Parts: sequence; C-alpha cells; structure tokens
Amino acid sequence: MPDKKNSRLALLARLTACVLALAAFTLVQASPRIEHWTTDNGARVYYVHAPELPMVDIQFIFDGGSARDGGNKGVALLTSALLDQGAGDLDADAIAARLEDVGAQLSTSSHRDMAVVSLRSLSDENLLQPALDIMALVLGEPTFPADSIERERKRVLVALRGQSQSPAKIASKAFFSALYGEHPYAVQPLGTEESVKALTRDDLAGHYRQYYVARNAVVAVVGALDRAAAERVVARLSAVLPEGEAAPPLPAVAALKENREVHIDFPSSQTHVLMGQPGMRRGDPDYFPLYVGNHVLGGSGLVSRISEEVREKRGLAYSAYSYFSPMRQAGPYTLGLQTRNDQKDEALTVLRGTLKDFIAKGPSASELKASKQNITGGFPLRISSNGKIANILAVIGFYDLPLDYLDTFNSKVEAVTVEQIRTAFQKRIHPDRMVTVTVGGAPAQASGGG
Amino acid sequence: MRRWILSILLLFFPFTLFAAEQAAATHEYRLKNGLKLIVKEDHRAPVVVSQVWYKIGSSYEYSGITGISHVLEHMMFKGTRKYPSGEFSRIISANGGRENAFTGNDYTAYFQQLEQSRLEVSFRLEADRMRNLTLPEDEFLKEVQVVMEERRLRTEDNPQALTYEQFNATAFVNSPYHNPVIGWMNDLENLNIEDLKDWYRQWYAPNNATVVVVGDVEPGKVLRLAKKHFGRLKPSKLTPPKPRLEAEQKGLRRVTVKAPAQLPYLVMGYKVPSLKTSQEDWESYALDVLAGVLDGGASARISRELIRGSQVAASAGAGYDMTARLDTLFVLDGTPAQGHTAADLEDALRQQILRLREEPVSEEELDRIKAQVVASNVYQLDSVFYQAMQIGVLETVGLDWRLLDEYVDRIRAVTAEQVRAVARKYLVEDRLTIAELVPLPMDGQARRPAMPMGGSHGH
Repeated sequence: MPDKKNSRLALLARLTACVLALAAFTLVQASPRIEHWTTDNGARVYYVHAPELPMVDIQFIFDGGSARDGGNKGVALLTSALLDQGAGDLDADAIAARLEDVGAQLSTSSHRDMAVVSLRSLSDENLLQPALDIMALVLGEPTFPADSIERERKRVLVALRGQSQSPAKIASKAFFSALYGEHPYAVQPLGTEESVKALTRDDLAGHYRQYYVARNAVVAVVGALDRAAAERVVARLSAVLPEGEAAPPLPAVAALKENREVHIDFPSSQTHVLMGQPGMRRGDPDYFPLYVGNHVLGGSGLVSRISEEVREKRGLAYSAYSYFSPMRQAGPYTLGLQTRNDQKDEALTVLRGTLKDFIAKGPSASELKASKQNITGGFPLRISSNGKIANILAVIGFYDLPLDYLDTFNSKVEAVTVEQIRTAFQKRIHPDRMVTVTVGGAPAQASGGG
Repeated sequence: MRRWILSILLLFFPFTLFAAEQAAATHEYRLKNGLKLIVKEDHRAPVVVSQVWYKIGSSYEYSGITGISHVLEHMMFKGTRKYPSGEFSRIISANGGRENAFTGNDYTAYFQQLEQSRLEVSFRLEADRMRNLTLPEDEFLKEVQVVMEERRLRTEDNPQALTYEQFNATAFVNSPYHNPVIGWMNDLENLNIEDLKDWYRQWYAPNNATVVVVGDVEPGKVLRLAKKHFGRLKPSKLTPPKPRLEAEQKGLRRVTVKAPAQLPYLVMGYKVPSLKTSQEDWESYALDVLAGVLDGGASARISRELIRGSQVAASAGAGYDMTARLDTLFVLDGTPAQGHTAADLEDALRQQILRLREEPVSEEELDRIKAQVVASNVYQLDSVFYQAMQIGVLETVGLDWRLLDEYVDRIRAVTAEQVRAVARKYLVEDRLTIAELVPLPMDGQARRPAMPMGGSHGH
C-alpha cells in the first residue's frame, strides 16, 4: 500500500507539470459563437456558423415527448414515428427516396421531454433545397395514413415484446415507474401493449396539432450557412407550423417518502441493479456541485469511486456507474451495475456503502481536483463536431439555459468546492429514501467461478 | 450495419468504408523499429485523437484460449513498473482525456481523445505499455471475472447475441471467425496469467503496431514525439498467423438456438470475399453496393418491400464488412412482423436475393446509393475519431489507407451488371448458413434446472 501511495504522489507531480503547461492554452480556447433569434411565429432559433464542412444540421425540438402522453400512453412516440410515413402528396416510399436521392438524412425521435425532427444535408443549394422541401412537408403536413399507422403500431408492439426479453429494459421500466408514480415521467415512451392498441388516428393528429407548433419549438442550426441563409431556411421551415402555444409547465416531481425495493425474477445469469431517486432539473441551482460531485462518485468511467470499488477492487461487474439526467423537471439520479446472480447482495452492499460514504464525507481535495481537470481539460471535446454543437444548442434552447452557458461552463466547474458538494449531496441525495430495482434470477448451481 | 457489429467488433461503431479525399493532409511514416505512424490533419477544433492499433485479435487465436486478445486488452490498463494499475486511466482523465479500447476479429486498438496540446501524454503512456506491462496475477484474477461479467451482459443474457454467436460458429468451421471475440466461457474460465504473458510478448511490439493521429496537429511535430516515445522500443520477431483458410462449404447449413425470449430472430449469411481476399477487387465494391441496394436507407429494398410493402419484417437489415482480413459473410437478419414466422421472413429475404441474381438493379437505385456515398463521405469528416478508425482498420487488416481516397470513385464505377454478377457468384445456397432463435418461455425455468424459484429474492 505505501508503495502505491508514493507512486500516486509522484504521479500527481507529473500531472501537475502537464496541467500547468496547458494553462496558457485554456485561456484562448473559444466556444462557438451562438446566435439567437425568434421567428415571426414564435419559434426560438439557436445558430452556429460552421463553414468548414459543406454540410448543414437542422433540428426542430418540440416540447411534445412522452411526458405529454396524458391518458394516451405511447401517443408521442407513435406520432413521431408517423411524421415521415406520409406527408403532403407523398407516401413513405417517396419521402425516403427523395431524401436519399440527395444524400440527406432525416430522422424523427421522441423522448420523455423532447420530440425531435432532424435533418443532415449537404449545403450545396441543389441538394439542400430538395431536402428542405421534404423536411417542410414532414413538419407541416404529415397525413397519418391509416395503413402506416397500423404498420407502425405493430412495430411498436414488437418493440415492446423485445424490451420484455431484456433484463436491462425491464429494470429501467420498473425504475421509472417506482421513481415517478403518477408523474408524467413514469410513462414509458413506447406505451403499453394495451394503450398502443387503443391509440386512434385522432389521438395522433391531436397530439401533433397541439405540440408541433412554432411557439412550442426550438430550432438548432449548425453548418455552412451564413446568418442570412440560416434565417431564410428557418423562416421557411417554421412558416409551415401554426403559431400555437407553448406546452403548459409539467408538474413538479414529488420526493420519495421511503425506501422501496422491487425485485423481478428473470431467467438471466446476471442481476441488473438500478438504484436512485428523482435527481435534478436543468438549470437547477445545485447543478454544478451535483454534477462535479457525481463525476467523482460514478461519472468518470473507470477512475470513478463506484467503478473502483465494484469493478477494479472486486471484479464484480463490467459496468458500474452513477449519473444525473437533468430534465425539464427532476430527472432521475441513477446508480447501476450488473453482476452474476450470486453476487447481487455483495455488489449492492458495496454500491450503497460507496454512496453513503461519499454523502457523509464528500470528495477528497485531490479527487475534486482530478475531476475538475478532467471536465475542464476535456471541454474542447464537447464541442469538437457540428453534431455535438447541434445537440448542445438543442439543450440550451429547450431548457432555456443562458446563451453564455458554454463560455461560463469551465469557470463554474472550477468554482465548485468540497464543501458545496458535500452540502448539495446531503441536502439532495437520500440513500434511505431510494428505489432499488433488481432484475435477475436465483444463483446458478454451477456457473463460471474462477 | 449497426446490428451485426456487436458480434463482429466487440465494441461500438458501425463501420462502413467511406472515402475521404484528404490525402494531402495525411502523412505516413515508419520508425526504424517498424512502428507505422499515420497523421491526418483536421484543424476544425483544438482536439486530437490518438489510436494505437495492434495486428492481433480473435482471428489470431486458437482453440482453448479464445478471448485472450480481449482479456489482454483489459489487462493493458493494469499497470507497468512506471505506471501501476489504474494510473494510465487517472493520468488521461486528469488531462481532460477520454479513453478506451476495443478488440475485434482482426485488431486490438487503444485510443485517447484529448485537447490537442496533450498528445504527448498519450504517446508517453502508450509507448510504456507497449513493452512494459507487468501483468500481475492478482489483477488478472479479478479482471477475468470482469470479462466474464461482460460476456454475461453482452451474450449470455441476450438471445439475439447468443444466436449470432452460434451462427458464426456454424458458418465457419476452421476459419478463426468461428470463435466469438469475447471468447467461449469455458476458455475464459481456464485462462491463466502465463497464457497472457505469452500472448503479450508475442504480439505487442512496435513492428506489429500502427499509431494513428487525427486532429489539430502538425505532422512533423507528431513524428518527433513519436520518435521520442516509441522510437526506443525494441521490435520483436513476428511469426505471421497461419492462413487457416475456411474449408469449402458443401451445402446449406442450419442451426437453431433455443433461449428464453419473446421474439423470434433470423440471421443468414453467404460466404463472400473481403476487399483483402477478393481475386478481383471490383467484386468487393459490388458487394458493398449490393448491401446498399438492400439496406442503404429507408428507400432501399428491405425497408420498402419487407418492412413497409409486404410487412413480413418488423425490422431487418443487410450488411457486408468489406474490411475483414479473411473471407467473411454477407449477412441478412431480422425479426418477423406480428403474424409472420421466421420461415416467412427467410422466404422473403431469399426471394430478394433471387431477384438480385436475376434482374439487374435499376439505374435509379444505383444513383441513389452513389449519392448517399458521396454525402456520407462529407458527413464522416465531422468526426475525427471515425476518420482515425477508418485508417486504423485498413492498415491493420493489411490494406492501405489510401484506399479511402479511391472509395467514392470505385463505388461510382460499379455497374448493375457487376452487382448481378457477384449475386450470382456468391449469394448461392451452397454458401449459405441460417440461424434461427427459437424463443423459450420466459418463466425462469429454462436456465435453472434444479433451482426452485422461491420467494427469497422477492422484497
């Protein structure tokens, strides 16, 4: 042990030397310049000019994910899946062919908060325009053909059955359900077999009419379009949407009142463990202490405490982690691992012990320093491609984060102290009021020991 | 292609070969000890990716030690004299880096993504672990347990992955592609540290490695850094792997896999050459186009005719890994739609193959595939990691990274007649293997013959 400690000190000296050499560079690293405007009908636009590659990324993000399902579980996802399955005069075959004729990639997706329509196209005018024509139809004139609805409904039902053969998916469903109870975040984006069978064309068209509107939309644009061209493109796309209204606020998430353990028997060789509670929302005042603190605890891959305790020291799991998923309202704080069935209790004990110890004591000064170095030193990696920048714009716009979010990110990380982390974790994270989901089988008689 | 990749590569990234007419910005060097260095400039962002590729992977392994290349990949994080276990990751992390490694049939690669001025940190550490791994037995005993957990996670508890594993083992008899990258469980259980030490000594050497650097760097400076850190390493005497050419298949092969599952699953593969093994390299490009005819997007035949048209498939795909080191498979797979069986899906997929043998594909389809290739050739430049990955794979399987520059032109040159010719030559029943997942009830009895369910694990 002493040897290891000495080598760590020596290491730290080496690290410090490297890091000092870089301090000068950190000062000049620039964030992309984000420009923001609002279209005539109320869509909020976030734009970064990236002329280096002859391509464009455009995303329309609507506050119309499964948190808006209401009684029609699965309606947001099925609506999203139908958008490019018939629009204007075109059927699904024609939509796909016209996009692919010009090498464009259009996709629609639906999550709990966001419903997204995104396009990647070459910026050459002759290729971009046909792609924009299709995107405008998909956004503004989806036709929800009856045969397409039936086909996609069946595919969702197959996907639901597929989920029920995956212990990870079963665990995730049970986790959200136990964490959120009656809150809209409890809903599964795919819905349930029963609810999906009951969805009607009117349900889909109604969801579309209410949520796919300009005042409920954020637009992210990154690529080789200058500002004037970007304004024209967005104005044209946005004009196909009625003004509409922004979706009403989602209810706040209630804190858990007690510990809850859920076990689901499953014929797998591993038990999947998910543990956690409602965590935080985007823009939360404790965001930085919680984010940086969790980086130490379980958010920094192999060097995190949880990975060190579960995997490196004991060989109990391939992956062991913790993370916050900040959302419009408090998204989950999740700790997880998967381990051979007969090691489940041991792994859970280690996971809980590691969490409790961290809440009680917080990170050490050197752990905090290492995490800050990783986060701030890796900042350029977060914005190193058009695709990454587009996704960040979507988050900034959708969650009303300040336009200088990227510019101030590193200094806010640097400002976090051990004390702030300890205080934030003690105030917000409650191991005695958590959900623990385990999905797996009984220990096998003869399984790979070693 | 996304679907197969778990079985072909161990870790992420669907891989299709795309051109990158960037030769001017790419520089190749070879150090005196045999290490190859390829540097590609991309100054869009102040970042760099550094990858070290070794010509070693599961296709170099033999019976009894399958999975050893991947276990050794895990052990590469377990320390040298200079940097004890875990220090590698801690140093990269404290430098703001992201790192990982992956093992495939034909390669093992390690990578770091860093702010550009920190490239030397990566070189210092990678050079050190290329020759100086300590391989302590206590670390190995823990880590091999981690790998077994990984196998449980990826394969044992995933009925489609289990089916895919049996599919490869059936299609290939004596080719090393018979074995899964992660290794058979019983082989993992019986690996020992001496096996690993031998494997490490045999394959981890500068003359068996390619370092690929892509990013905001100056090639001359990268070369100087490479000489400084890798230049002193001693080369090894390498013994090339035996050819192990697959014995000729003499007829259709079928295998069924019974496992607790909710959905049937079907995978079919025809033996085909790769770019490396083809007698006529146009054949490989034609097979790549053929994969595009079937599965090159939502307008391609599988989506249009099987998912939308006849609705026999809930999902299906086709793929061809032209960068395999040895003869490979042209793969089709899918899940039947509700009301259809795996047999229905098999008929529909084989009908598609039959049509490719009989009718030339339309010019419209060919043009569409070519338009997508041209566009993807630009899109992929958005990722420095992917650019490095393409170079690394080509070099490591014994092709030349300059092929990237030819790719678009070679695809453009493919004719409808050539697509039909490769379909007729290779997509024939005597080269075909079919695996089917037969779902067993999920009531929990299947895997635990002697174990009562009991409520002891309920809460």
